[in-house]
Amino acid sequence: MSTAMQQVFAHPVSLKDVQTHFCPGCQHGTIHRLVAEAMDHFGVQEKTIGVASVGCSVFLYAYFDIDVVEAPHGRAPAVATGVKRACPDKFVFTYQGDGDLAAIGTSEIIHAANRGEGMTVIFVNNTTYGMTGGQMAPTTLPNQKTSTSPYGRNVGNDGYPIRMAELLAQLEGVAFSARVAVNTPKNVMQAGRVIKQAFETQLQGRGFSFVEVLSACPTNWGMDPLKANARIAEEMIPYFPLATFKDTSAA
Amino acid sequence: MQKVVIDELRCKGCGLCTTACPHGLIRMSDKLNRQGFLPAVISDEDQEKCVSCAMCARICPDVAITIFKEVKVKVA
Amino acid sequence: MQKRLLVKGNEAVAMGAIEAGCRFYFGYPITPQSDIPEYISREFPKVGGTFIQAESEIASINMLLGASACGMRAMTSSSSPGISLKQEGISYMAGSELPGLIVNISRSGPGLGGIDASQSDYFQAVKGGGHGGYHTIVLAPHSVQEMYDLTMLAFDLSDRYRVPAMLLGDSVLGQMKEALIPHPYVAPADLPAKDWAVSGKDGRAQRVVKSLYLGDGELEAHNWKLYRKYQELRERETRCETAGLDDAKLLVTAFGVTSRIAKTAIRMAREEGLKVGLLRPITLFPFPDKAFADATARTKRVLCFELNTGQMVEDVRLSVARDAEVFFYGRPPGAGSLPTPEELLAQIRTYYKD
Repeated sequence: MSTAMQQVFAHPVSLKDVQTHFCPGCQHGTIHRLVAEAMDHFGVQEKTIGVASVGCSVFLYAYFDIDVVEAPHGRAPAVATGVKRACPDKFVFTYQGDGDLAAIGTSEIIHAANRGEGMTVIFVNNTTYGMTGGQMAPTTLPNQKTSTSPYGRNVGNDGYPIRMAELLAQLEGVAFSARVAVNTPKNVMQAGRVIKQAFETQLQGRGFSFVEVLSACPTNWGMDPLKANARIAEEMIPYFPLATFKDTSAA
Repeated sequence: MQKVVIDELRCKGCGLCTTACPHGLIRMSDKLNRQGFLPAVISDEDQEKCVSCAMCARICPDVAITIFKEVKVKVA
Repeated sequence: MQKRLLVKGNEAVAMGAIEAGCRFYFGYPITPQSDIPEYISREFPKVGGTFIQAESEIASINMLLGASACGMRAMTSSSSPGISLKQEGISYMAGSELPGLIVNISRSGPGLGGIDASQSDYFQAVKGGGHGGYHTIVLAPHSVQEMYDLTMLAFDLSDRYRVPAMLLGDSVLGQMKEALIPHPYVAPADLPAKDWAVSGKDGRAQRVVKSLYLGDGELEAHNWKLYRKYQELRERETRCETAGLDDAKLLVTAFGVTSRIAKTAIRMAREEGLKVGLLRPITLFPFPDKAFADATARTKRVLCFELNTGQMVEDVRLSVARDAEVFFYGRPPGAGSLPTPEELLAQIRTYYKD
């Protein structure tokens, strides 16, 4: 007997081996990796069509080595509907931020979900508009200061943070809806498992699958990466509980 | 024998891996990398203590960490 | 004997689209074009087509974008306010060089306006419509037969140039019934393969359909590329109908529904001995500017007739020979009726000079 070194954690094949434009501590990179690992796991890279949204997530095609269609702001679920209907045997997913999905794109997400479109939606909730410089998002927490809520989100004026995973779970067309976070290794591993479940939902033809991922935006939160990461557990998870709200495979 | 291989050029110095390591083996360098960040580093001594749990790699947003594990192999 | 059908213009559009191999329709109900989705929702199941009544005009144009990105012949249809909503997606399609057919059975505006015949969407159709300085190919049928024929042509031109195409009709053309002689669609043999469409990599290099160009000089290069395509369209694809140009002392020009009134008025004028010619643009973009320049090298007086307060007339003025005079007669909708041939004949008499 002798010993050798075996690689136990490697860069996923579906993810290009390139530097991202994301800020230090931004967890888009983590979520990209989990999505790419799910692609590798199910061997769907070669049959995947990704639909990019508008925001920090727009450069999907620069990081994933897959075919990509770029959608207008908020319209990714409608574009993905056209894609999935045209190519029903392909694996189709959208990757959207909270401003994109939960504000300007509420109509598209709700109706794509309600039609039970056989797509997977990865929804990154970081409680702010990242790309445009940290404005108030539909998911901004009460009293959270942003560049357009400088005194803190006033729910009397601005309404309440919207819980998309719970909301979509109510729709008949939705087969899978869950919320995860990527703030700890344990949560990252759980997020990876849940994203795979969502992929499986599509691959089994069970309908629409949705995963909301709580994520940090250190730059626009005005925090260093460690403090920003800590905020996920301290402030976000209490308002946005981590759970699987619907899974038709369990029924 | 390196178990934790940190791509120093890819690292943006966020420090999340330092909180993820259950044994506190990773620290931040005091030397800037080419991007201008202080990257995560692990000493040769600490490599020995590493159990290859990959927690640091899992939390790394920049996929800058690769993990190897020592395994026993039969010699023919 | 050829088969002749009595159908509505809107139905002819749907029939032409199905015949041309379009199997993806995404739309939202709005008068006066709802016969198109109604017809297609009835006929598509028989040919394996995908019909989705979307939650909005915005969603439907983006579904079209998605299906087109996969290389499919796809369409949407709407009417003026709905077309305004679609402009975001049309701009993205133009920027992403995606083909596709957008049918505008226009109504009168601005705002909610009315459902009577109008040509007030000319500017929106030919000048781009949305943001970013692009063009769509715009075809203007004037009969039920052309609603069928030009729908097919729109798909071919759109696929060839990778420029979205618009069929611009109005409530009269959409709702009236006329004889239609259907004919089989024959795809041009030289249509380029859609080697840009996404389908999952499947062993080849990644394909990306996008309109975002952030690299240094990339967007400028992209816009020059689009410009060259518009120039190519201008050089190769203008279409118009002409009559009586040889001896005309006055040229009457009109597109779509008003050209039908113009034809009657011109016939009445000819019966009176007035030498009046017709130039009817069929492609509104590319605009048949050379045809106007050629015609006005001989005929120095032009009367442009539109169902608005003057839109196409601006392109006519830009196209005519330098010493030609351009007159305008138009009426915005709202009177509850169209101008009569007699009304236009009076205008012809006013501007006619031997």
